[in-house]
Amino acid sequence: MSGAAGGRLVRLAETGRAPVRFLLDGVERVALAGDTVLTAILTNAPTLRQAEFGPERRAGFCLMGACQDCWIWQEQGARIRACSTPVAEGMRLLTRTREDWP
Amino acid sequence: MTEPNQPRVVIVGAGPAGIRAAETLAAAGLRPTVIDEGARAGGQIYRRPPDGFTRPPEALYGSQAGKAVALHAAFDGLAAAGRIVHLPRHSVVALAGGVLHAVSDGGSRRIGYDRLILATGATDRLAPVPGWQAPGVYSLGAMQIALKAQGVAMGRRIVLAGSGPLLTLLATQLLKAGAEVAAVLDTAGLRGQIAAVPDLAVRPSFALQGLAMRARLGRLYHAGVVLEGIEATDSGVAAVRWTDAGGRSRRTVCDAAGLGWHLKAETQLADLAGCRFAYDATWAQWLPGTDRMGRAGDGVYLAGDGLRLLGADGAEVAGRLAAAACLSDLGLPVPDIAADLKRLARLERFARGIARAFPWPADRVRAIPDDTVLCRCEGITAGSVRETAAYGGAEANRVKSLGRAGMGRCQGRYCQLAAADLIASSGGLAHAGEVGRLRAQAPVRPAPVRALLEEE
Repeated sequence: MSGAAGGRLVRLAETGRAPVRFLLDGVERVALAGDTVLTAILTNAPTLRQAEFGPERRAGFCLMGACQDCWIWQEQGARIRACSTPVAEGMRLLTRTREDWP
Repeated sequence: MTEPNQPRVVIVGAGPAGIRAAETLAAAGLRPTVIDEGARAGGQIYRRPPDGFTRPPEALYGSQAGKAVALHAAFDGLAAAGRIVHLPRHSVVALAGGVLHAVSDGGSRRIGYDRLILATGATDRLAPVPGWQAPGVYSLGAMQIALKAQGVAMGRRIVLAGSGPLLTLLATQLLKAGAEVAAVLDTAGLRGQIAAVPDLAVRPSFALQGLAMRARLGRLYHAGVVLEGIEATDSGVAAVRWTDAGGRSRRTVCDAAGLGWHLKAETQLADLAGCRFAYDATWAQWLPGTDRMGRAGDGVYLAGDGLRLLGADGAEVAGRLAAAACLSDLGLPVPDIAADLKRLARLERFARGIARAFPWPADRVRAIPDDTVLCRCEGITAGSVRETAAYGGAEANRVKSLGRAGMGRCQGRYCQLAAADLIASSGGLAHAGEVGRLRAQAPVRPAPVRALLEEE
């Protein structure tokens, strides 16, 4: 079993895949090839995003593209659905909107 | 794509129903187009991990591995031979006038059809539990997908709660994979489960498998519980509070909770296609109406869990039947369907038994505290829905218009049934079906405005 400190998810199998590097809130992190963006983030952090209509943070819910709870921002401005998007080398992902955005 | 004189048949969904429908049509010489959200065919139940994953089918699908492998091979063979057109990672977001609107990473496209087979499957059926908006609460299906398709557990110490076959199955799968499961909390009481035994006995091996799994869970499994609430800190779930069947208050420390009460048919596209719906008291939800073959009329056919919640085996049968109905309506030779019709009847009896054994917790939903979040999308509380129903009237679409429950980004998939119970209760109505059904609205999945504009 392994899970980086601060991550929510625990890897139980398939840990021999190639590493994929990405930026999470500006900090370099490592995922594995074949991870979804949701897996990549939540093995490194406890949550994905801030709820728009409540005080709590969110970490996804259905993982099958139905609930739309896991849409997150990329630094370039485009949003992606974390559960159905494969992570890719060099992705610049955000769990908080940037302060310099309107 | 298709020969000029061939009818254009489109299948939405590449789970067990969609795959068997495609196979039946291809065997008759048609070349159907199969549109699916997944990267690889299989649906949610037989979902395949991405390339580079190495666990064998037995590790992923357990006793159902043979069925999974057969379905994947059937589909991949048809696609490789060019006998079907496969559009993976495509979401159908709207349909009208014989045209589907599908979006993908590459943009959007319109796909015309003469006949349409909808095999859209189901989502988890969710009831609100106080605190379920916290990070670390997932649907049971989500936890199973994470395990199967990503090899991960959604927490270090997991509580599973709700009811239905997936509850014990997932607990068994997680334990086997090395995850820590702290408790399995079934809101169904043992008495109701026993009452369903005559119906469950029509599939003895399945029923026995379920009982064996339950036995292996031992002291982790509790029947007849009441879920009181989920405690959380800023970083997520901290504990589940519940009352056991003996009335004692319990608290189980955990960092993730899985919730689910069986399944809810995914019917948005069927609705947009003009299908009629009726409230089904056994499954406690609105289901589209068809004949025994899955014929909904107007060149539309339904199959799988999006029509009747019969599970994967039932979906394979229903997929073949819907395709046979389509062939028959096209005036083409139809395969022998007598055995499948019989099988379907038996599977339906079993599935209805399951639905009665592990029922939707309507009374608990009606009793949830006012400050419980009902709609996770927009944080709308049970109290707000009750208030809206009190001044707006006990009708689902009115409550949605006035109070937004069902208007969020999931479009009511996860709150509609609970909201219906709250509305019925405010209006003094006996069952949730009396408050009406939320009308589906396109796009049925969020789509970028660009995708809807660019092709005019």
